[in-house]
Amino acid sequence: MRIILHSDCNSFYASVEAAEDPRLADKPVAVCGDPSLRHGIILAKSTQAKKCGVRTGEAIWQARQKCPGLLLISADQRKYLLYSRKMREIYRRYTRLVEPFGLDESWLDVSGHALSGEEIAARIRSSAREELGITVSIGISYNKVFAKLGSDLRKPDATTVITRENYREKIWPLPADELLFIGSATKNRLAALGLYTIGDVARASADLLQETLGKNGLMLRRFARGEDDAPVLCAEEADEIKSIGNSTTTPHDLKNEEAAKAVLYLLSDSVAARLRAHHFACGTVSVWMRDSELNTLNRQCRLSDASDSGTDIAKAALRLLRENYPWDLPLRSLGVCGCDLRSTQEDVQLPLWIAPRKRKERALDEALDAIRARWGHNAIRRGLMLCDRATSELNPVDDHALQPLGAMRGRG
Amino acid sequence: MAQKIYVKVALEADETGLITPLSLVFRGIRIPIDRVLERRQAHAVKTGGQGMRYTVRIGSRQAYLFQDDAQRWFVEELDHVR
Repeated sequence: MRIILHSDCNSFYASVEAAEDPRLADKPVAVCGDPSLRHGIILAKSTQAKKCGVRTGEAIWQARQKCPGLLLISADQRKYLLYSRKMREIYRRYTRLVEPFGLDESWLDVSGHALSGEEIAARIRSSAREELGITVSIGISYNKVFAKLGSDLRKPDATTVITRENYREKIWPLPADELLFIGSATKNRLAALGLYTIGDVARASADLLQETLGKNGLMLRRFARGEDDAPVLCAEEADEIKSIGNSTTTPHDLKNEEAAKAVLYLLSDSVAARLRAHHFACGTVSVWMRDSELNTLNRQCRLSDASDSGTDIAKAALRLLRENYPWDLPLRSLGVCGCDLRSTQEDVQLPLWIAPRKRKERALDEALDAIRARWGHNAIRRGLMLCDRATSELNPVDDHALQPLGAMRGRG
Repeated sequence: MAQKIYVKVALEADETGLITPLSLVFRGIRIPIDRVLERRQAHAVKTGGQGMRYTVRIGSRQAYLFQDDAQRWFVEELDHVR
């Protein structure tokens, strides 16, 4: 039987800050983005801040109202990457099969190890404490889904074992949306069927779930019954680039297509530059839209020819926005992602005739890359950017104002 | 909270790359390190931060000497060494 661990760093960002500065220990601490750039939301909070009701994703002013003594710290991504890398080094002492899920979570497959799962979990927890000064909660089970649920059951600094014998008692009473991949939309559809807990989903008929949710319904039912047999992918496999995307929260809400267009071009140019840097062209473009009430929408389309051109990607992105965004509310954040990647280095069959326009666009993109490599991102910009000063000040390459899409979605 | 004090360190690296700090300079005074008792990755509990921690013997006392990820060396507390 497989032995899978899911390790979750407790309040990761806030814990790292406390590990770096012991004065923060046992105080209500929240890590936030830069308020002046409107990234002023709570990204993570310490246990004490959580007790005051501070929630991830809420605005700084809301958090301050709930917790007047709240200590705010600006997020320092480099620090979190360092601690995340060090945690992975600890995991690799026990197995090569470590699959990261964001910076603060990882699955480990330790089947066949001389030590028991509990013993390995105990050692990982003690290493995290003694070597880095942070705590982790670990779930142990025979599949990834239950291991992840287990790591959520007791925290901080605890181990929970979910076995074939106890999962009905420990997992089934949990609300359905605790299950991986159940968001608010799916939760509501399940509730409409009278399915509120994971146990309800597990006991529901396969036909009913397939009828309502399609293939996903069957997948969720399998998850709920502990029939998930997905392997733990080692980091090298998981890290294989499958898509390249960027997203940003703009300095002010975008009220119309014209304003959104500038941002889409900015994002598309940066995605295209990264595609070219990795020698990829994308066959599919997806756009991620979040309105001022934080509802998100994701739409994608195929390109007629795979492309690494900022103009091609931006045109597709703009079309997706135009066809799918109703403008009932202004937009707060936008993301553009190129997926279905193909290598541009392999001996691809070249089209017999490249349209002169395409050739010119390619030459232009390459010239932009060269100028920016030498003089910085803002040395040359599209004229479109002059319409909106604040937006054009965003530098998608040099600062990390732009988050990889996966990170945003993971936090949802 | 103890203060993190960055110090200048003289060290020796052997053929395998193993590093041994030989002495450190604290407030202008060179303090010889008599022996390295332990090296391990550790959290600097008193000052915050983490890195490779060398437990060193200086005279009859023990102290922690850290090397952080930027390759800088710091001590957590030197009161008992002075």
